[in-house]
Amino acid sequence: MSALNTAMLLALLPELLVLALMGVVLVADLAGWVQGRKLGWLTVVGLAVVLAVSLSVAMPNAAGAAVWGNTLRHDALSFVFRMLFLLAAGLTIFFSMDLPGLGDRGAFYLLLLASVLGMMLMAMANDLIMLFLAMETATIPLYVLAGFFTGRRDSVEAGFKYLLFGALASGVMLYGLSLLYGFSGGAVEFEAVARGLSETAAPRWAVLAALMVVLAGFAFKVAAVPFHFWAPDVYQGAPTPIAAFLSTASKAAGFALLVRVALVAFPGGTMPWWGAALAAMAAATMTLGNLLALTQTDLKRLLAYSSIGHAGYILMGVVAATKLGLTAVVFYLLVYLLTNLAAFGVVTVLERNTGSPAVAHLAGLYKRSPWLTLATLAAFLSLAGVPPFAGFVAKVWVFMAAVEAKLEWLAVVAVLNSIVGIYYYLVVLKVAYEYDPPADAQPLQVSRPVVWALAALAVFVVVAGVAFGPWFGWGQWAAMALFP
Amino acid sequence: MVPTSFYIFLAALLFTIGAVAVLFRRNTLVIYMAVELMLNAANLAFVAFARQFEALDGQLFVFFVMTVAAAEVAVGLALIVTIFRTKHSVDIDAMHELKG
Repeated sequence: MSALNTAMLLALLPELLVLALMGVVLVADLAGWVQGRKLGWLTVVGLAVVLAVSLSVAMPNAAGAAVWGNTLRHDALSFVFRMLFLLAAGLTIFFSMDLPGLGDRGAFYLLLLASVLGMMLMAMANDLIMLFLAMETATIPLYVLAGFFTGRRDSVEAGFKYLLFGALASGVMLYGLSLLYGFSGGAVEFEAVARGLSETAAPRWAVLAALMVVLAGFAFKVAAVPFHFWAPDVYQGAPTPIAAFLSTASKAAGFALLVRVALVAFPGGTMPWWGAALAAMAAATMTLGNLLALTQTDLKRLLAYSSIGHAGYILMGVVAATKLGLTAVVFYLLVYLLTNLAAFGVVTVLERNTGSPAVAHLAGLYKRSPWLTLATLAAFLSLAGVPPFAGFVAKVWVFMAAVEAKLEWLAVVAVLNSIVGIYYYLVVLKVAYEYDPPADAQPLQVSRPVVWALAALAVFVVVAGVAFGPWFGWGQWAAMALFP
Repeated sequence: MVPTSFYIFLAALLFTIGAVAVLFRRNTLVIYMAVELMLNAANLAFVAFARQFEALDGQLFVFFVMTVAAAEVAVGLALIVTIFRTKHSVDIDAMHELKG
């Protein structure tokens, strides 16, 4: 246990700055200095400052160091994810700023920042206590955000369903953690847990059962089968930018924690069936997600099932448990996060203009708003994994990681699933390009911040697909934290 | 001294009661209580193991869990009140707006 020093404060600088930003937003809102959507600008500028300062002074070396009494790890893996969460929060704010009832309320920005803080700690967590605390810090504000439109029945129901499944998942997970604490002989640090479990006297089946129960908590967080069923309902009812945030940052945070837990605390060697269980979960998740997406007529539900499918692809990299696997996971999450935000940005615009996110309302979008349709094209083709978009490169790397780890069957399942995926993404684009718009159709109204965010995201999707080197380099750097 | 296995058995029993209640009760308030029971089952196991290994981390964990549970209850009850205002029922079967 080391004393409080500069290096330690520097390691936690991004979190401390987010905390300070929360204070600024809270006071500015309560005192009435800044109001309405100006608070959004304040938060976005604040997040940009945090991002810039962190990148310039708080960069760790790849292997990193344990800080705060070994409860947190400040390394490349956690750093990449923390920067990603800041970015996702900023983009979410761009989408929500002009949404009445959401972007004009200070509570929204405060809750979003609280959740981001929790996610950043999730990426850093290095012991079981911090794992649980960070997860709850990230999730509890999201319950409120999902039910933010208190006057709307669907939003309140979404918030409540999320809360109910979330509380259940965290209860189940905590019970698993308590058993693992016992089986590992009173260890809480991830490395000590791994050591404790490898020499435990407890029966194999009991340890495995406890691991499965903990895995259930993660499955809820990343929306993986069999704990995925909350996602479509919650995405559909929640305010659209919040659904975007849930399907991107929240999922990425779950994976950031899962890779560390799966590789450090419960490495494959300790338990024979652990890897097989993860592989089965990956296969089931991508298959079910993609098949159920086929029949959806609501864009938000469609994207929910598609995001379940993507969780399955990402799990493949976790199952591989190699350096390439981890690199692929980080790169996939980076690409998926930005692509899916673009897709949800389009849904935000559509819902704001037509009143509902039905796929049918996209009819004739090409004739009404050609530029918006172009952004839709980039986002959906990237999600489908069509070259030259970023999603294609990301998919190739996770498939390669699976093959390299001798999981050929999983790669075959994933390829088949990608083909199913292409179908339903293309159906959406067909409606946008081929169908005729309604007779009284006007161009869609798109607010200025959404235009900027969508343009930047669409450009990224193409650039990262053509020149993926630098982005992939971030993934490689992050992987060096666990595979030096 | 009562052996640790007794506590663990009681914790498992409490957890099972909680889980069964979550699955079969229709009133959201009761479901919520059952979730709290599950959290407390885990707390009991933590404290029992902490005593057995004479390690304080388990005790520490329990303090944090209680704090988190309190925060969760605050948010949960607020949402239940809002649900009651819009639907005039806290029955789980009233949550049928979202499907597809």
